[in-house]
Amino acid sequence: MITVTVRFFAGHRDIVGKATAQYTLAEGATVGQLWEQLVVEYPRLAGYTGRLLFAVNQQFGQPTTVLVDGDEVAFIPPVSGG
Amino acid sequence: MVEPFVITTEPLDPAPLVAVVQTPDDGAVVTFSGVVRNHFGGRPTAFLVYEAYTEMAVPVLRQIADEARERWPIGKVCVHHRVGRLEIGETAVLVVVAAPHRDAAFAAAAYIMDRIKEIAPIWKQEHWADGAAEWRE
Repeated sequence: MITVTVRFFAGHRDIVGKATAQYTLAEGATVGQLWEQLVVEYPRLAGYTGRLLFAVNQQFGQPTTVLVDGDEVAFIPPVSGG
Repeated sequence: MVEPFVITTEPLDPAPLVAVVQTPDDGAVVTFSGVVRNHFGGRPTAFLVYEAYTEMAVPVLRQIADEARERWPIGKVCVHHRVGRLEIGETAVLVVVAAPHRDAAFAAAAYIMDRIKEIAPIWKQEHWADGAAEWRE
């Protein structure tokens, strides 16, 4: 098993009710699988599927990115800086 | 010492950024200021709250500047973005680009702003004059 930290921002944080959380996952779990698990836990996140960016350890990733123990994962809702 | 890529809660001032990007090689310095306006989509805005994933946003701003440098012959670049509560008329973002010639400086500044709005992990929460609030997404 691996443990990762998940960061939530903006609209995601409002839905989840916290800025960070720890998740214990099976070896080989991917970013996309973690997102699917979160959508089950927080169904209101479902509206973001297909329009979010993924980051692992502050670098852009893909749903297929494989997680390792200690990673920091961020699910990035549509950005609106500037 | 002015850092080139910054996320800050402090008010933004373009003057030190202009001073830090300009070198004797540069005939142009373009400063873009993104300012909080009092309406969006015809609805009155009271104020904005910005939030960033700072540890990631700073390297993303640097990456965006590098992308611009691959496309145009430009010199130094500074990008500072403010977070927290901003009132109408306050500056949310500064993009300052120096270049030997103005065409490259204008084009690069516009490109950098477009890319910030596409990928920089920064979010804006609109607080409407009627008291409602929502993330722009």
